[in-house]
Amino acid sequence: MRRLLWPVVVLVLLLALNVFFSPGFFSIQVRDGHLYGSLIDILRFGAPLILVSLGMTLVIATGGIDLSVGSVVAISGALACLQISQGASLFTAVALALGLSLVLGAWNGFLVAGIGIQPIIATLILMVAGRGLAQLITDGQIITVNSPAYKVIGGGYWLTVPFGILIVLAVLAVTAFLTRRLALGMLIESVGGNAEASRLAGIRARGIIIMVYAFAALCAGVAGLMISSNVSSADGNNAGLWIELDAILAVVIGGTALSGGRFSLGGTVLGALIIQTLTTTIYSIGVPPETTLLFKALVVTAVCLIQSPSFRAKALRRRGRAAVPGPASEEKVRVSL
Amino acid sequence: MSTLTLGGRTAVPAKYLPVLVTGCLFVAMFAVGGFRYEGFASGQVILNVFIDNAFLLVVAVGMTFVILTGGIDLSVGSVVALSTMISASLMEGPGWPPYLVIPLVLAIGSGLGLVMGYIVHAFDIQPFIVTLAGMFLARGLCYTIGTDSIPIRDPTFTAFAQTRIDLFADLWISPSVVIAVVVVVVAAYVLHYTRFGRSVYAAGGSEQSALLMGLPVGRTKITVYTVSGFCSALGGVLLSFYMLSGYGLHAAGMELDAIAAVVIGGTLLTGGSGFLFGTVLGVLVLGLIQTIIIFEGTLLSWWTKIFIGMLLFVFILLQRLFSARSRR
Repeated sequence: MRRLLWPVVVLVLLLALNVFFSPGFFSIQVRDGHLYGSLIDILRFGAPLILVSLGMTLVIATGGIDLSVGSVVAISGALACLQISQGASLFTAVALALGLSLVLGAWNGFLVAGIGIQPIIATLILMVAGRGLAQLITDGQIITVNSPAYKVIGGGYWLTVPFGILIVLAVLAVTAFLTRRLALGMLIESVGGNAEASRLAGIRARGIIIMVYAFAALCAGVAGLMISSNVSSADGNNAGLWIELDAILAVVIGGTALSGGRFSLGGTVLGALIIQTLTTTIYSIGVPPETTLLFKALVVTAVCLIQSPSFRAKALRRRGRAAVPGPASEEKVRVSL
Repeated sequence: MSTLTLGGRTAVPAKYLPVLVTGCLFVAMFAVGGFRYEGFASGQVILNVFIDNAFLLVVAVGMTFVILTGGIDLSVGSVVALSTMISASLMEGPGWPPYLVIPLVLAIGSGLGLVMGYIVHAFDIQPFIVTLAGMFLARGLCYTIGTDSIPIRDPTFTAFAQTRIDLFADLWISPSVVIAVVVVVVAAYVLHYTRFGRSVYAAGGSEQSALLMGLPVGRTKITVYTVSGFCSALGGVLLSFYMLSGYGLHAAGMELDAIAAVVIGGTLLTGGSGFLFGTVLGVLVLGLIQTIIIFEGTLLSWWTKIFIGMLLFVFILLQRLFSARSRR
């Protein structure tokens, strides 16, 4: 619980700042059978980031990192739009895009677990080459599609709720169930804590690692579909640019250590929401949008410093708290979300 | 095992092998280019690679220091952009003279590096995250100064941009290349022949052992980020000579090029092993890929990225073989 204290405080402060500048910030209305409101917008525009961050959380929990998600976002959107523009059915397009994402993720996982390359570097390959691949698919153009069915994924509504939010909720629920109700989460954490020891303990570390990278790429693929469907076009060059950095930030702000061995899904969702709220806040309080990055830098530095045990030891003259078993306490927080 | 016999047969110490492979690759690429394209096999093509990548070379030198200690610096591209932006805006707006602007820019870059290095060392936060924040900060500062491209019309800068230093036989280089070469030579001396250089290798090889040996690991780490910040700022100055403008979008994604150059140059990303000369070769290989793609004509720009990705893959596989062997 205490691990999530600071992210919650930051998020609440940000939201309070918004109310201060625009009093109607918390109001949510139903218009034309759709939910409207600033909070809904934060969720809707933050949905791709939350998805990518969820995948990233599991990768980071194994002590890895995935820099290639931004490229996978671009590739998945590009392939889906290309298929639809060539007359393929929605199902084929989505299945192909997600299938390719899975393959790319498995490739990352293979490099990390099979060959034993450092994760930053292994995924750097796909990050660099993947942008090229996405542009190859779109032939350097921006592919625009006109498919109402495809538009639903990122811009549509179902039962008054934006469809993107529903996808995020579904993925979050499945992930939370798999990792916190089944043993999978513990296996992932043990691989992150010490891959060799967990292998000796009889865990198939290799399979777990390949699986988390594939999952991260799948999440990125879904996010890519959302982003491209929201604007009904695929841009190989700019879709998902820097989303990997935002996702890593979200994970770190959420209290998952980059060294692996422990993760918090609730924290990650909070982290992603903080980043999205920050962007919205900057628009709503009238700060020039150019300074978004500046604010992001300040918030990141602040959150990282607050979470750094040695900073707290120096600033508060007190040792970092002892390790408490996390999963049980996170469970409550996540449910209350 | 095959690399072991290779190393034994050719009597090259294993630590030079990655650099050697990169060197061979460079020669092979140049030879293939020379056979395929008319006018490729000239000295000027290589010199042009230097001229077009002088700033990348300087930035990659700084990155080599950081990676040798086992860290990483993601902020370099943004610091380059920030340097072009600050110099352009100060010279165009208040009309500051270059001899004030350039030292100021270098001081700002070094200062940013110093702060990041201090945070990395003092608060034990991963370099990845700290320099990521630095990257956002520098880019954000760029956009705060201005979102448009600012032209540079200062006579000193234009002189630097247009001067051609003639070498023998119709070959020429730009003043930026001279600066870059000086940086490389100084950095190579510092890295391979001074106490600080040895601390860099020691801290990257094993921080624990370096500490136990009584080496100033903290100071070394802070210094390498400062060096990297300085090199990025200098790279930014060279880029503003080259582009004659300051723009917040300059050098987007350059940190990846710099990291790729260092990796292709045979420096281990885990730290402790690598050579500055390898980084020079790495930059040359990246530059030559672009040249070949320009000469090919039909190949489109995104193939550059795919090729660089494939090269990275090959070199990382090689690294993996080397490090796996040395561990056994």
